[in-house]
Order: sequence, then C-alpha cells, then structure tokens
Amino acid sequence: MSAPAGTRSWLAGRAPRWRSLAEVAARARAGGRLSIEGAQAVLDGYRSVARDLATARQQLPGSGVTTALETIYAAFHALVNRAPRNSRAAIVRLLRVEIPAVAASLRIPLLYLTLLFALSAGAGWWLITHYPELIGLIASEAMIDQTEHGHLWTEGLLRITPGSVLSIRLFSNNIVVSVTAFCAGIFYGLGTFYLIALNGLLLGGTFAFTRQHGLDGELFRFVIAHGTVEISVILISGAAGVALGESLIRPTPGGRLDSFQHAAARLGKLLLLCALLLVGCGLIEGFVSPNPLFPLASRVVIGVCYWFVMVGALTGRLFGARPRA
Amino acid sequence: MDREQLTIASATGVDVSLNLAGAGSRSYAFVIDWHFRLLLALAWQFALTLLVAGQVTPPTEGGEATGRWVLLAVLPALAIYFLYHPLLEVLMRGRTPGKRIAGVRLVTQGGGTPSTGALLIRNAFRVIDALPVCYVVGLVATLVTERRVRIGDLAAGTVLVHDHAGALDALADIGSLAGRTSLDPAAIELVRDLLGRWDSLDVARREQLSCALLARLDPGADPAYLAALDDHSLRRRLEAQLRGGRLA
Repeated sequence: MSAPAGTRSWLAGRAPRWRSLAEVAARARAGGRLSIEGAQAVLDGYRSVARDLATARQQLPGSGVTTALETIYAAFHALVNRAPRNSRAAIVRLLRVEIPAVAASLRIPLLYLTLLFALSAGAGWWLITHYPELIGLIASEAMIDQTEHGHLWTEGLLRITPGSVLSIRLFSNNIVVSVTAFCAGIFYGLGTFYLIALNGLLLGGTFAFTRQHGLDGELFRFVIAHGTVEISVILISGAAGVALGESLIRPTPGGRLDSFQHAAARLGKLLLLCALLLVGCGLIEGFVSPNPLFPLASRVVIGVCYWFVMVGALTGRLFGARPRA
Repeated sequence: MDREQLTIASATGVDVSLNLAGAGSRSYAFVIDWHFRLLLALAWQFALTLLVAGQVTPPTEGGEATGRWVLLAVLPALAIYFLYHPLLEVLMRGRTPGKRIAGVRLVTQGGGTPSTGALLIRNAFRVIDALPVCYVVGLVATLVTERRVRIGDLAAGTVLVHDHAGALDALADIGSLAGRTSLDPAAIELVRDLLGRWDSLDVARREQLSCALLARLDPGADPAYLAALDDHSLRRRLEAQLRGGRLA
C-alpha cells in the first residue's frame, strides 16, 4: 500500500491551514456582524477551501479529510451567501410595504370568501330556524341547556376564569384557527373554503338558536367588541389560504413547487400581522366582552375602532406608510 | 449505497454537497425534541404548582382550578410545549437540541441559514404535517419527496441535512501524521480510526481487525506471526505504523 508522496506532503502542508480556516468560519458564524478584515478572511478562506476540496475529492474520495473539507466549505458558502442583516429596516419594510402589498393582492379572494361566510351563516340561520333539533350538531349540551334556561353560556365567564387567562386561551385558539385556515389552502384551497363555510354555519346557527330563546341581543352584545376584527382576520387568513391553493392550481412558469414556495413566503408575512391582531381580539374578549359593566355603545365603539386599527395596519398607514398617489 | 445529496452550484465553481437527512434521522431528532419539550413543560408545571400551592396537586376554588395557578403554571407549560420548535429553530439558526444530538440541521435550498420567516412558515405547516395523527402526512411526504422533506419544508424552502460537526476531528493531527509516515492518507485514517475505537471494541474483534490491517499495510508480514501477537503488541505495531514504521 504505497502512497503517492505528493498527497502526503500536500496533506502535511495544508492541514494546519484548514484547521485555522475552520476556526475562522466558526468565529464568523458565531460573531454576527463581520469587520471588513473578517469578511475578507471569509472570502479568502472560501476560495482556498474550494481549491483544496476539489483536489481532495479527486485524490481522497470518501475520506474523513474530504468530509471535513466539505463541512468547512459548506460553512463558508453559507456565510458568503447569507442575507444582509438589518432587522429594524426589515421590520419597517415588512409593515409598511410588504404586508400592505400582500393584503391588497387578496381583495378578490377576500370578497368571495366573505360572500361564502355570509351565505353559510345564512344557511346556518335557516337550518336552525326550521329544524331546531339540529342545534345538537353545532352546540354542546351545556350551552343548549343554559340557553334553554334563559342564560347565555358567556354569562359569568369572568367569575370562573380571570380575564388574563381567558385572553391567552382565546387568542391562542384564534391564532390556531387562523393558521389552519391559511395552511388548509394547500388542498387546492378547498380546505380553507370548508373551514370558512363551517365557521359561518356555526355562527348563523348559534344566532338562530339564541334568537329562539330571546338571547340573540345578548350574544350580539358579547361578540360585537372583538368579533368585528376576529371574523375579519380569520377571513383574511382564509383569503391567504385560497391564494396559496391558487398557486398550486395555476403555478408560475417556474413550476408548481416553486410557485407554492413563493406564495407561502409572500402570504405567510400577513399571518404575522393577523396573529398580532388576534392577540388584541383575545384581550378584548377576555376583559371587555364578558364584563357586564361595559354598555353596548362602548362595545360597538371598541369593535368599530379596532376594526379601523386593523385596516390601518393592513394598509401600512398605522406604521407610517404613505398613501399611494 | 451512496447517500442522497443536495448539490448546490457556487461562485467558486466547486459545488457544495450536503447529505440529505432521511425519515430516520428526522424522526430520531423529533423524538428527542418531543421528550425535551414534554419534560420541560411538566417540570415547569410541577415546580410552579409546588411554588404557588405548596403542594403537588393543583389548587382549587369551588371545584375549579385557580386562575393564578393556570396563569403561572399551566399556560407557560403549554407555551414551552407548543413554542419549543419555532422558538429554538429561530434562536439556534435551524437547529434544536434534538437535531443537534441527531446530527442534523436545517438549511435553505441554497445551503444557507433559513430566515426567521421561513422557519415560522415551516412550523405553521405542522398543522398539516401532523394530520391525521402522529405526523403521518409529514412522514409520508419525507418518504416520497425527492429531497426527503415534509410539507412545512416544501412551503418554507428548507431542507434537513446531516451536520458533520465531528468531521473536523479528521483534521486534528492528519498534517503531522502525513509528514511522518509512509502510509497513504486512506491507510492513516483507517489506523487512526481503529486506534480511536480501540477501547470500545471487543478484544477478539480488535485483534482480528488489527491483524487484517497490519497484513494489508505490510504485505511481507507473516499472518501466523501477527495472529500470535497479543492485544497490546498489535496496538504498538499500529501506533508504530503511524510514526513511520518504527517500534518504540
């Protein structure tokens, strides 16, 4: 097993340099922002390891040295190609430019989805009005029992659970619904349509049931403060899900996968804002909606004002974006 | 069988090659992480219950758990359990403790570190990957997709690859060894690997491997003589090969 002396002397000469380059890559990766000298060292290291890796792949295929050089090379490649970091500017751009652009592109699916929601709410209303026995399909026994005894299930919520706990529980649940409405778009948009239609059906059916017992006004009183934005945000997430489904049905020239990835990255930004808005909804639903001290007028004002805050956030004006001329 | 690889063209003209992690490595990392997050969440809930109530059972008022206990013990525990993956993947740049132990990490299709947005999208799609139970959709996706990815990875443009952090050990003394010995680099690696694993191998197994290796390194050696050597002598001979053939 005699070895070419050239490979051994090459190894003996280059190994110390590779160890120091591995340290340069590790330091650069851990350190965040690089100085000009540091960036230059990374670029030099990248080129140097590329040359040595090409030799090692030829001379020592499958060896530990080649694997080590692959690792160092991949680390340098990631460093050289990493996106510039400017978190503040990126967040400002996200809120002022990117999210408003996504929201504006969703107007048509949002319109259709709102129509679907309204129609299914109407269908739910009609169904429960004509076939009251079907309420068992959409409401729990406890809810039905309380309503039949003249009390809304939301009464005394704050006596059972503190507002803070209630808020966290509610906004977590709403965020999950919103994320699911978006992700379900992967089933060519059908998953989103199903979720939105189901939510509409439940809302319409519940209102019809409470009306039969003279409690629809109470239910309206409960939902108006948080419901305006909550329903809107879930519809917006759904519209993003529909657009995601459309990216699969009508892919871009780059192919279906590329189209899906591009759509997910673009539309996903909107979900961040939706999650923030739902935290606000949760706080209102936890502290205001179940609190009998708030009169209907103040609830309506809160609901309407928060809805305008949502519109401001979606158009970017809340974050300082200038209106388009 | 060759490992499946992600090959990325680079500006230097030398492609970057990353070994794709399959369903096995992915599941292994997930199971470790699942245990971590479950134990962390339970530990938090237990410790805070003890702190808030002075007992191990939840405090109650009128048959209901108290709001303070839910707020301090239950909700943070749920947050630990559900935010473990998105939070740690963002903070650890595509890794989690489980991925680190399993030797895998997330990269973009270009071989870079995934952005925060991509990692959040990847985690949002867990609601689909987890369907109908126990990540069946995700697991099937990793078996049928070209790059062994789940739906969340498809959406975020991320790939799970093997992280050869331990591979740098191969460079530890290769330079000095290559300068001293007459062995070729592949033989140096074999001898060093065997010596490195010496204590973890059975005596009979390491004697058998040493004899085979020494016979290969020195074709003139008498196999019967090598077979008669004891464990200690075989080790000394292998070490001597690395020093350039001289027995100390």
